[in-house]
Amino acid sequence: MHAAVAILVGVVAATATGLALSPALAFLGAALIAYVASHFLHRTLHAEPEPREGTGDAGETGGRQIPADVGPQLIEKLPVPLLLISQRGRLGYANLAAQGMLPRLTPGQHFAHIIRAPAFVEAVSATLRDGLERSFEFTSYEGNERHFEARVSMLAECEGFGPEAHAIVQVEDRTRTHRIEQLRSDFIANASHELRTPLASIIGYIETLQNHAREDPEARERFLAIMAREAHRMQRLVDDLMSLSRIEMNEHVRPVERLPLNRIACDCASVFQPLASQEGITLRVELDPDEADVIGDRDQLSQVFTNLIDNAMKYSAPGATVTIRSAPENPAHPGRVGVSVSDTGMGIPREKLHRLTERFFRVSVPQSRHKGGTGLGLAIVKHILNRHKGRIEISSVLGEGSTFTVWLPRATQLHIVPDEPPAVAPASRAAR
Amino acid sequence: MSSHIVASFDEDLVQIQAKISEMGGVAEEMLSKALESVQNRDAALASEVIDRDKALDAMEMELEEAVVRVIALRQPVANDLRVLIAAMKISSTLERIGDLAKNIAKRAIPLSAARPMRLTTSIARMGRETLAQLSAVLNAHASRDVDTAVQIWNQDYEIDEMYNAIFREVVTYMVEDSRLIGVGAQLMFIAKNLERIGDHTTHISEMVYYIVKGNTLGDDRPKGEPTGVNLVAG
Ligand SMILES: Nc1ncnc2c1ncn2[C@@H]1O[C@H](COP(=O)(O)OP(=O)(O)OP(=O)(O)O)[C@@H](O)[C@H]1O
Ligand SMILES: [Mg+2]
Repeated sequence: MHAAVAILVGVVAATATGLALSPALAFLGAALIAYVASHFLHRTLHAEPEPREGTGDAGETGGRQIPADVGPQLIEKLPVPLLLISQRGRLGYANLAAQGMLPRLTPGQHFAHIIRAPAFVEAVSATLRDGLERSFEFTSYEGNERHFEARVSMLAECEGFGPEAHAIVQVEDRTRTHRIEQLRSDFIANASHELRTPLASIIGYIETLQNHAREDPEARERFLAIMAREAHRMQRLVDDLMSLSRIEMNEHVRPVERLPLNRIACDCASVFQPLASQEGITLRVELDPDEADVIGDRDQLSQVFTNLIDNAMKYSAPGATVTIRSAPENPAHPGRVGVSVSDTGMGIPREKLHRLTERFFRVSVPQSRHKGGTGLGLAIVKHILNRHKGRIEISSVLGEGSTFTVWLPRATQLHIVPDEPPAVAPASRAAR
Repeated sequence: MSSHIVASFDEDLVQIQAKISEMGGVAEEMLSKALESVQNRDAALASEVIDRDKALDAMEMELEEAVVRVIALRQPVANDLRVLIAAMKISSTLERIGDLAKNIAKRAIPLSAARPMRLTTSIARMGRETLAQLSAVLNAHASRDVDTAVQIWNQDYEIDEMYNAIFREVVTYMVEDSRLIGVGAQLMFIAKNLERIGDHTTHISEMVYYIVKGNTLGDDRPKGEPTGVNLVAG
């Protein structure tokens, strides 16, 4: 621990004196390192019984000093989101981690516009008023619910920022932990409920086989076939639930890859071609594969179209037509591109429409069961689209057919991959 | 923004708008907790929401006073006046949203003692959608994002649609089983409150539009189609 403190003091000195960048940033480096020393590293070091040897691999500087220009970079690249808020409530500085976590963040903005959770606003305002350090938790409801832990305290007067005092806020995203807890209980509740029926039926058949069907080879074959079907259903159910959990777990993580949406839809459709001709269904693809770039996760978007095409074919009789096409631009979805999957199948009664994406919801349970459905397909679609900030639009006329349209934000010309966020505005300008 | 003779006028405007975000945060949290209290049949949480409403009322009063003071002292014109008028309207809208969230929480108390009903999932989903729209419009206000505001304004029909569907569903249940009439009525009120929160959310969209563009958003907002069968989720 002593050694660690020595290193940090060294860094503070080096940063404060030797920095050629703006004085504000230099000061910031020093101040934040001091802060980090007392909070972040302090904790990490406490967690480690012995500080690692060889931290001083710094080559020419020898010893354990970190070169002067590393200070601000260190703060900038620290994985913990840090925000600096002025006495008048303005955002003075945010490091890369904070920018990644809070995409709407603009330097100079009032902090309540960035995070308006009452616990956050109250704690930061109180610390700006009385100077005391506070730890607190807060939740944000933007799109997907997210849970955070944070700590706020005052920085000493800092010249680089003018006469105003500043509070420093350290935020940690705890959404994942929260979700894991939530999902575990949901998973158990759902799985046990849904597994009960097939399990009961398998047990019933086993008992029958053990008793009077023992000597009846014909019945045995029949029962074994049913048991196999039920067991496969259970397996699919567990697979789908696992897949849904995985998707939900990462729902708050934005995808990063730039992808041609139409091509993904085309590829999914071609996988279904053989099955379609086998079932007497015409599968039509009417879209330009080189159009419509989105930011997404390829496997998940494939899963969306696979589920929709699978449904369209499953809930249509032989002779029906399933069409995949680009949706015309729609003022209700500005900035989004749409791909629709429509069928000329049985359609969905209006009063059931709004429940379709609920997990385990089926319009007709026996019918979906008969087709091997688990009722998770559209729930998976919905969660994937949530993650992509997209939507699913469903329209249907009973007895005539249904159309499921996927809407996703169109990738802009200049998509910036979160790994390399835009450069931060210089702190001095931002502090105004 | 144009430069002002008195430097701290900008500061007044910033603080007033920050207050809107703060109120938005409280309204959002009230709605979220009210919904949670319905879904988890949690009467204690419901009472917490009911108490919280007073804080929001106080914030509205404070904001109104601040706006009146600024208007009287600075006699703002054009842009700035619009910002102030919009702030006043948004704050009273948020106060109404808080009231509606409180009403939802009030319904949660008798519901927590009643038999669980499957329909609460539909309500919870409608609630999540309503909350998502509210959050999005507050973001749009914070970043003056007109596109998002217009999008939310256009999407309100989805909430109307959900309301219509829930209404039909509740009626069906109540007709089938008269023991469900009491619970069904409570759920119907909750759905109605959510539907109105959705309407108020579109008012905030209109105000964001008004602040940025200086005129009002038309009257032809898509409503839940009476006969078409269309729904958006996700
Ligand atoms: N194209 C469609 N036409 C008519 N009904 C549909 C269509 N797509 C979905 N549905 C209805 O919506 C229900 C839910 O669909 P979902 O894809 O979630 O589950 P599933 O198809 O039953 O099972 P799974 O997809 O998990 O195998 C279905 O059971 C069916 O009743
Ligand atoms: Mg399906």
